[in-house]
Amino acid sequence: MSQDLKTAAPDTGLRIRTEVKAQDASAAEVREPDIVIEKLNLAYGENHVLHDISMAIEDRRVTALIGPSGCGKSTLIRCINRMNDLIDDVKVWGTLRVKGLDINARSTDVIEVRRRVGMVFQKSNPFPKSIYENVVYGLRIAGINDKATLDEACERSLRGAALWDEVKERLGESGLGLSGGQMQRLCIARAIAVEPEVLLMDEPCSALDPIATLKIEELIYQLKEQYTIVIVTHNLQQAARVSDRTAFFWLGRLVEYGNTPDIFTKPKDKLTEDYITGRFG
Amino acid sequence: MERHHFEEELQALKNRLLTMGALVEERVHQAVRALIDRRQEEAERVIVSDKEVNDLQIDVDDRCLKLLATQTPLAGDLRLITAAMKINADLERIGDQAVNVAENVLKLLPQPPLKPLIDIPRMAELAQQMTRDALDSFVRKDADLARDVLKRDDEVDNLKDQVFRELLTYMMADPGTIQRALALILISRNIERIADHATNIAEDVIFLVEAKDVRHHHQEAEAK
Repeated sequence: MSQDLKTAAPDTGLRIRTEVKAQDASAAEVREPDIVIEKLNLAYGENHVLHDISMAIEDRRVTALIGPSGCGKSTLIRCINRMNDLIDDVKVWGTLRVKGLDINARSTDVIEVRRRVGMVFQKSNPFPKSIYENVVYGLRIAGINDKATLDEACERSLRGAALWDEVKERLGESGLGLSGGQMQRLCIARAIAVEPEVLLMDEPCSALDPIATLKIEELIYQLKEQYTIVIVTHNLQQAARVSDRTAFFWLGRLVEYGNTPDIFTKPKDKLTEDYITGRFG
Repeated sequence: MERHHFEEELQALKNRLLTMGALVEERVHQAVRALIDRRQEEAERVIVSDKEVNDLQIDVDDRCLKLLATQTPLAGDLRLITAAMKINADLERIGDQAVNVAENVLKLLPQPPLKPLIDIPRMAELAQQMTRDALDSFVRKDADLARDVLKRDDEVDNLKDQVFRELLTYMMADPGTIQRALALILISRNIERIADHATNIAEDVIFLVEAKDVRHHHQEAEAK
């Protein structure tokens, strides 16, 4: 490397400047909206918890949802893959489209939605099966049973979740025998095995130690090259580190939504500023 | 829920900066007085009193670094701390320029005055007022006052050019005046630098308050 710099000395300055410019341009570039939310509302019985949420989540970017407890961010993320269906007495109105598909339309196959929109939870929940079976579960229930196909998918997914090297010698062992961070990466592998387009992450690192957390964050940097990622997090520094765009919620409303560096250095709304500077709980 | 501990730390940081600002302003004032009243002792005092300002500079930077690491400040807090670090550097430079003025005064004093001083004291007054207002704008988070400081820099620059032209004619007419004329030209340059540092502080205040970086584009600074 230093050899190159020596021989290229007169040009080095120019080259570095163009590289820096290219990086900046790509971060700022607005991508196609993968997920379009228009005036989305949700109520649990009498409790109206999401009010007229409208936002576009960009393709292959990481979008962080932040806000105090009860602000609606987890509720919103669960709308994207219809997880709120599992709760009694929920009413949803407004539109939510994933790659053009109306998620809430009667004709929409909810199972297909949950394949295309994967999810990872705060408390990782591997099945009480082997590591291998955990990863290929989604493929098996889709009817794929060819060993070669499953083997390939298993390795690809475990590599994609940065877990392959740690478990390749023990794929037959129980998924529950892994460390917290490994179990979470196993859940990520399981989610990406069915080749989703979107990955939802609800506080994926809250239960993990700092090193496991950093590993997952590093993984997110890689995953975003292939998947659109939406992450809910209480950890503002994490949101600042991993996301490209940040949306701040307060009492069920979207208050501010923008470029992550801008939100964290010069937010436009005083409510946003007060929240991220910790001037109220 | 307020962040009491953090607020106290921020206030302590601001106080340190203001103390430094006051010290530096006093130093400039003394150096200018030494020039106008031809006071050797006062000039010498300015030269030896740098230590206090330097110690404060190190303390301010240290506090800023610690706050960045331990409190992970964001938004306005983050801009405050980065502004503090920059203002810190500009204040220390203003202090240095005051010392330079004093050193040049000592070069002048052995000989009789070359001419009545009019432009240089005027420059000094402007530069001191700019420094005072820049620091005030920081305390009061007053971006309008900061913008006003930016506007005054041109007058200081013009006076410096005027001083140079006038002293040039003296030097051309009589080589015996060169030593004193050069010392005066250097002093006018020191004062012009003080005004420049005051405008830097004002630019940092505008960034702190409005999150707008107006450096190098003062026209944009005026168009709000």
